[in-house]
Amino acid sequence: MSPAQATLDRITRIPGVRGALIASTGDGLVVAEQLMDGIDGRAAAALTGSLVARLARTADGAGVRSPVFIHLRGEQGSILAAPGPDELVLVAVVGPEANLGLARLEMLDAAGRLG
Amino acid sequence: MRALEPWVEAPLQSFLAESSARLTLLMTTSGQVVAQHGFGRSLDVMTAAALGAGIVASTEELARLMGTSRFGALVHHGTGQSCLLSAFGTPRGRWIGLVVFGRETSVGIVQLFFDQMVQQLADAAPREQPAVPALAENFEHELDASLRALFGR
Repeated sequence: MSPAQATLDRITRIPGVRGALIASTGDGLVVAEQLMDGIDGRAAAALTGSLVARLARTADGAGVRSPVFIHLRGEQGSILAAPGPDELVLVAVVGPEANLGLARLEMLDAAGRLG
Repeated sequence: MRALEPWVEAPLQSFLAESSARLTLLMTTSGQVVAQHGFGRSLDVMTAAALGAGIVASTEELARLMGTSRFGALVHHGTGQSCLLSAFGTPRGRWIGLVVFGRETSVGIVQLFFDQMVQQLADAAPREQPAVPALAENFEHELDASLRALFGR
């Protein structure tokens, strides 16, 4: 198993996580993915990569540090994103019942070792 | 943004809004321009259309020689600007999209919304195609009319 797949395996074992992927924020493409059926990894990578890149530019423009963790909450779940080195971002799609605290801790740890 | 046929406008406008593309050209595989956004001169459009159609023809022939199916898209990554070239089927025949985009967007976003535009074009295309004779004596008149429509002059 590749390091990227091992990372995704670790994230998707967290209760409530429906899938995870590693995307490149520079080009918005999928690097590795482990998603449940019905989740469009290509769209998630493109849109989350774009969001993370724009947030980083916004933070830079405001003179503050780039976000280390992003939680986008919806009615039926959330998108979690943890930017890592080398313009990579670890993304998780989680349901409303997910353990967000555990997911955040695991993702921050895993994102630091991407690349 | 200008299009020769009205039904192309909504899908193209949606693509432009979502993708933040700088230049977009839709054309037939023979290089006839269907719609354009961002080009300032008709000469640039005609040159880009001819080159784009030529590149797609070359890649499709390469794919044939290699015994593979057609390439889905060709992306040229530049430092300041990048270019996506992709051929796709429509009810009006095979078309080509040429998209130039900068660092304000990404290839993933452009590809994602390009594919959505292709689907929207397929849905929006009128099923009954009017018969347009491609007679040699009409060619120059048709070309002039197309350029007037695309550039508004």
